[in-house]
Amino acid sequence: MTALSLKNLDISYGDVQITHDVNLDIADGESFALVGESGSGKSTVLKAIAGLAPEWTGEITVLGSPRGHGIDRAFSRQCQMVFQDPYGSLHPRKTVDATLGEALTIHGIGDRNARIEEVMASVGLDRKFRFRFPHQLSGGQRQRVAIARALMLKPKVLLLDEPTSALDVSVQAEILNLLKRLRREQNLTFLMVTHNLAVVSFLCDRLAVMRQGRIVEVADVADLKRGDLREPYSRELMQISAAHAN
Amino acid sequence: MSNLLEIENLRVTFPTPRGDLEVVRGISFTLGRERLGIVGESGSGKSMTGRSILQLIRAPGRVTADKLVFDGIDLLKRSERQMRAIRGARISMVMQDPKFSLNPVMTIGEQIAEALLTHQKLPRREVNARVLAMLESVRIADPERVARLYPHEVSGGMGQRVMIAMMLIPEPDLLIADEPTSALDVSVQAQVLDIIDELVKRKGMGLIFISHDLNLVSSYCDRILVMNTGEVVEECKAGELMAAKHPYTRGLIASIPRLDETRDELPVLDRSAWAKA
Repeated sequence: MTALSLKNLDISYGDVQITHDVNLDIADGESFALVGESGSGKSTVLKAIAGLAPEWTGEITVLGSPRGHGIDRAFSRQCQMVFQDPYGSLHPRKTVDATLGEALTIHGIGDRNARIEEVMASVGLDRKFRFRFPHQLSGGQRQRVAIARALMLKPKVLLLDEPTSALDVSVQAEILNLLKRLRREQNLTFLMVTHNLAVVSFLCDRLAVMRQGRIVEVADVADLKRGDLREPYSRELMQISAAHAN
Repeated sequence: MSNLLEIENLRVTFPTPRGDLEVVRGISFTLGRERLGIVGESGSGKSMTGRSILQLIRAPGRVTADKLVFDGIDLLKRSERQMRAIRGARISMVMQDPKFSLNPVMTIGEQIAEALLTHQKLPRREVNARVLAMLESVRIADPERVARLYPHEVSGGMGQRVMIAMMLIPEPDLLIADEPTSALDVSVQAQVLDIIDELVKRKGMGLIFISHDLNLVSSYCDRILVMNTGEVVEECKAGELMAAKHPYTRGLIASIPRLDETRDELPVLDRSAWAKA
């Protein structure tokens, strides 16, 4: 079954059209990466799916049901987003408990105590952090809170916008392991935006390369590992990454 | 080769309600006209080391050292006023994020000219010519147009190149680059580092490159210091980083995913392995 499907997606900010004719089909349980440089429109695609960039035309379908342009609670329960910068994405004056509980209040879900404890345990956060504020946590702990928040409603699809690029390499490894384990345990589908091809190689099954708002290539990660991408632009990205890894 | 910078037993301390907290704990190194990389995680004290060289640590923070000598000048004995003559002109620093480090209400041309005019008197025509030449040398294609722009009108990569131009125009002897590319894209990152590298080589400057990215540091530096909790745990030549011995360095290297990744799980640092009580 297709977890997430985009058809002829054109996204605009005002008069400027950001993406042109984006088509993607992501299978249930798949981990898919969107790569490209800044300004290629990769984050905009995630924002449009999450409802943060409402000026789009085309079709966005999640788990068989098409998404409208407005706020859609049923959709929020299926699909959630984790943002790049854990220093900016958590409310500075809300405790971890309040951040995690908010989604339950909005959706009128009870059993708050047990659900918060369960989700904190699943992302590897100790119970003692529950009543702390974001400034009392390290970057890695904050990103765990951000992931826990996204998992509160038990979604099937997670949109990840550069989830580790603001973190140190050692903390990045912890978060990547966590994401991999959560996907296995909860059978999640990932759509991840990143510019780090090594992260793609570790976490994903397929990738799409974007440039100037268009998808130029869709490939298997096995091809990436073999260094076997077709498009010249994808090869260029790969060479830059490889040069840095040596 | 005479040493540009000699540091012995550098300590940086901040008072807290629970007693003094030492964030740099007695590090020593010397630097010639070479490229030195300092790597470590957040909180390892690497940025504090860079800042203490320029005496940029404000009270209540305290810097002490047995020796902190730059080109024969004892930096610890300099007054604030005397330090200002050294900052920029002799030692300059490229900061992490161009968004927060450029003056938003001054054009790029004016800001670069200011860096030059603070330290020497020059006729306006010569200042303009040098600003444009400097912008060109950081590979900005249309320097006359860019000089008239404000920082919000340029991209992150271009902003960072502007900052590099500003830091290099007084022709300092030592450049401290504190995570100069972590706010940038991979493709722009390489460009910016190549520019720094080329200018450093051409002018025979010393470079201290502070970063958390081991791969980056090992490809742009001659020598590397690895810092952890305020101490230097390992010093090695850049080419020998992969043969590093200290468990902390090895842990950092192992935790980086590779392009041809086959491991199912990335190894995570076991901090108990080297932590002292």
